[in-house]
Amino acid sequence: MTLAATVGNLAAHTTTTTTTAAESQGFLSPTGVEIAFLLVGLVTFGAAVVTVTTRQLVHAALWLVVALGGLAVEYLLLTAEFIAWVQVLIYVGSVVVLLLFGLMLTKAPIGRSPDADSGNRWAALTVAGAAAAALVWVVVDAFRTTWIDLDGPAAGSTEATGASLFQNWVLPFEALSVLLLAALVGAIVLSRKAKADAARTAPTAGAERDTRAALAERDTRSDAEGAR
Amino acid sequence: MHLAYPAVLSALLFCTGLYGVLARRNAILVLMSVELMLNAVNLNLVAFDVWLSKAAEETLHSGQALTLFTIAIAAAEIGIGLAIVLAVYRNRGTSDIDKLRDTAEGHEPDGPDTDAPATGPAAEKAEATA
Repeated sequence: MTLAATVGNLAAHTTTTTTTAAESQGFLSPTGVEIAFLLVGLVTFGAAVVTVTTRQLVHAALWLVVALGGLAVEYLLLTAEFIAWVQVLIYVGSVVVLLLFGLMLTKAPIGRSPDADSGNRWAALTVAGAAAAALVWVVVDAFRTTWIDLDGPAAGSTEATGASLFQNWVLPFEALSVLLLAALVGAIVLSRKAKADAARTAPTAGAERDTRAALAERDTRSDAEGAR
Repeated sequence: MHLAYPAVLSALLFCTGLYGVLARRNAILVLMSVELMLNAVNLNLVAFDVWLSKAAEETLHSGQALTLFTIAIAAAEIGIGLAIVLAVYRNRGTSDIDKLRDTAEGHEPDGPDTDAPATGPAAEKAEATA
């Protein structure tokens, strides 16, 4: 059983005394899943805020791990197990590592860097605040009376996700593999040295030298064999 | 679960990422903020897919499939983005996006016809690495 299902069972046991049907749910009687979602959501949001405001670059990447892991827990609470583990594997496992390597390769300063934020910080804060206010208002107003039914079989179990992915979404899936291949080739092309000629001649010369040395060694060895 | 909880969290995370994209100066921090925005969209997709898979008769699980596609595309995007940032860093000696103003209009020190980078250390670095 999933984490969300167990939490849901727990909540169902605690709330059966007060609520019996789905219609009587409300803001003032949050279920256990909602409380867990709220707490993990607060942690996630706090980590995201620290990620975009801290002045230590490596700490930003590490707080991003907390934010993305919190989102994985939210997926688990929403009974989307497969997405949750994919999130942990790809984001926490590889994207953050890539970002840390990028910070390392661009010689990011360790410790506080005073110029992490640019001059348009207050404009950015205004835009983000306005967008947040508008989005939250619209979303809350639109979905005030909508509840997700988390009981029953999990909506995002590996079986359900795999069945829908390979029954209905095969063509986009294959196109995605082509896109990943293109991205791989593009990353290789972008990260090669600009002067490819100078870089190309040197290793081939070395390789020629190596093959010549190997040939000479083989000749001497065959000579020794013949002499014996 | 009330649908407003994941929707509000997703909106807040998206706006946090928006602030980061607009306010950060290091290109890698901007990429981190873009990741936050993409994750906010993923949370929205998953929440609405779970809602619709119980509310609708037939479902294609399109929200979760799209989430997987978004995750894969985000991984490709971060790879390409980091390759671009590293190439810029190798050529200019900086990953500070406020200093990369070659295509900005009305910016005097490096006009469109001077191909050498404007600032002294960056120029030296470019010559050293080229």
